[in-house]
Amino acid sequence: MVTQIPAAAERVTDHAVAGTRRPRRSRRERRDALKGWVFVTPTVVLVVALFLVPIGLVVFMSGSEWSLLGGYRETNGAANFSEVLSDPLLGDAVRFTLKYTVLTTVILMPVAFFLALLVQESRRWNSFLRTAILVPSALGIASASLLFYALYSPQVGPLNPILDALGLMDAGGSILGTPGGALWATVVLIVWRFAGYYMILTMVGLQAVPQEIYEAASIDGASRLTQLRRITLPLLRPTIAMTMILTVTGSLLAFDQFYILTKGGPNNSTLTVVLLIYRYAFETRRDLGMAAALSVLVLVALVLVNVFQLRALGGTRKGD
Amino acid sequence: MSKGKPMSTSTRFRSRAAVLFTGAILLSGLTACGSDDGQSAEPGDASGSVEAVDDGTVLTMWTRAPLERQATNAVEAYNAAHENQVELEILPNDDVEGMVGSAAQTDSLPDLLAGDVVRIPYWTEQGIFADITEQMDGLENLDDLQQGHIAAGTLDGRMHTLPFVTDISVMVWNKDLYQQAGLDPEAGPATLDEFVEHAKAVAALDQSGVAGSYLAGQSGGALVFKLLPSIWASGGEPLSADGTEAMMASDTAKAVYSAYRELAETPNGLGAGSREETGATWTAPFQEGKIGVMPYPYTAVTGMFEGNDFEVGVGPIPGLDGGGSTFLGGDAIGISRSSEHVAQAWHFLSWLMSDEAQQTVFADNDDTASNLTVLADGYAEADPRTHIANATIADGQAPVARNFNEAFNAAGSPWQLLIQDAVWGDESQIESHNEAINAILAQ
Repeated sequence: MVTQIPAAAERVTDHAVAGTRRPRRSRRERRDALKGWVFVTPTVVLVVALFLVPIGLVVFMSGSEWSLLGGYRETNGAANFSEVLSDPLLGDAVRFTLKYTVLTTVILMPVAFFLALLVQESRRWNSFLRTAILVPSALGIASASLLFYALYSPQVGPLNPILDALGLMDAGGSILGTPGGALWATVVLIVWRFAGYYMILTMVGLQAVPQEIYEAASIDGASRLTQLRRITLPLLRPTIAMTMILTVTGSLLAFDQFYILTKGGPNNSTLTVVLLIYRYAFETRRDLGMAAALSVLVLVALVLVNVFQLRALGGTRKGD
Repeated sequence: MSKGKPMSTSTRFRSRAAVLFTGAILLSGLTACGSDDGQSAEPGDASGSVEAVDDGTVLTMWTRAPLERQATNAVEAYNAAHENQVELEILPNDDVEGMVGSAAQTDSLPDLLAGDVVRIPYWTEQGIFADITEQMDGLENLDDLQQGHIAAGTLDGRMHTLPFVTDISVMVWNKDLYQQAGLDPEAGPATLDEFVEHAKAVAALDQSGVAGSYLAGQSGGALVFKLLPSIWASGGEPLSADGTEAMMASDTAKAVYSAYRELAETPNGLGAGSREETGATWTAPFQEGKIGVMPYPYTAVTGMFEGNDFEVGVGPIPGLDGGGSTFLGGDAIGISRSSEHVAQAWHFLSWLMSDEAQQTVFADNDDTASNLTVLADGYAEADPRTHIANATIADGQAPVARNFNEAFNAAGSPWQLLIQDAVWGDESQIESHNEAINAILAQ
């Protein structure tokens, strides 16, 4: 109420004063507004062209009969959606993607947190550790997958003889040859590749916690573990929320690593949802309409998952 | 504390404008493609000019990586003797359909397009190729050509494709390993039982890395290439004539599967990595001298005739009680519907079908010609193994089905799962996998 009065007073005085004042003010206002639009236009154009238009196109595709080789034929309502939903592979893909997401998140986040604490604490090897942990992030995920494909290969990789010597597997077997082996091999790849990245994110959050709180707590006699539980974790909540959203979204959209390491095998046991979209488009059905329909479903699911996560984890306002 | 100013009229107007603006953009995306109706499904009509023109045009051509040697031979021979020049582009096997698909949508297909013969029926139906019935009717030796590849590209009586490279499957064996195992190196397996026997003998050598045979367990395409000839040679019919039904659970088929199962259960019977082989490296173990006997593509055998570490024996793929058959695979070639140089492209194709070209490009290089006359007479100086391979063509077949790729070749296809269960897994599942194949073929 109080803040509105000056604005209202401005308007009254504007109306009261005729002539010179108003034109100058609105000209400047207009020029400022124009400058604002000029600065924003490139971003708007990019967002519209590269984000909104493709989404519109995919939604249109999902409702049309559009094959890979034959192109657009006609719209067909919800036929693509019903075909996608009646595919038995869809259930397998969704179940596997969820399982993989839970596994990766549960392993990756504590690992990143622990690494961040470790790097925080150690003084001498600080920079060496940080570099060593971060170097995998320099690799694109496809390159990392190829690297691990060679590592896991029974013909040329070094791991098979080692596992054989340890008695865990015999030299002729393939690590990627069983569903369990393939899943864990991929999880290892992802943890190796992303631990550094999430470690950095967590470290930023950790460093934002003021030292005085820890000092006050140790004066009060709190042990390290209690400090961790009662001070670090609650204050780290926004960071944890962010890393969790990133890992969950990234894992739900996992494609590159499975395409290169397992191609969805062995026997469709490591098939993720995005890999299924790729198959619909280019391999089995060669039907872009069906692929677009599944893409729309994945988009809706992702939005819901993220809204839910933000609500559940981003409740700092209420906490204070 | 501060609840914030209520929205002034100008702010409300601005947010409403933003929403309308976004909506308009989204709709413009829809209408932009809605009005794009240029993609008709009918095959392009290349009629009008039946002549072949050689006027120095540059033609583009795409072919698959496995057949690079044969394709390069053909293109080089053509370019050396004519004014038209063909630019060859080799595509990785797995990328072919994606690239053809995107090129089809943007009307940027190459003038000449060669593709795996099992995919040709689908491509023809989707209108990738130009209709060249008139040109082909004008060919003198049309009846002399290998009909399998022509039939694959025939739709409603209109023809679109000619044979390009004929890749047949043969049984090969490592003569050195045979000698070591006490087998006659000049005599390959004449029946399926002998095949199992020979493989077991090599397996019993117990040499490091050496196995009796090799199966590309997760490559549907390689599996049909290797196993269907045994079914044909035994008098079985794996697919119905119109390609809508599969009989992969017949007694004949099951007998073939159990032969391989027996090897899988023998130590060193099937090479390490057979079960997981996706097809990327399925010809490598034999080339390295690690496999005793296995079905193999003939296009990969001719390169091993000279300068190889071991002698290679070649024979027809036998059935249960003898006989021999082969998978008439390889690539068929056609002119794409968006080509602007149909007459010049036809010049290349008509040259390729001539006896002279078939002789110099294929027969003289020990490759399989697509011309029956040349097959009969043109191999006088060829390696005797080539004669054996050519003789199997008469009994060979090529399966034709619109949805062949999804049912058989694609990663994770029901055919792949069927073999995985038949050879290494649960045999009782063979029937249900066959049903899954039928469901796809009948679409």
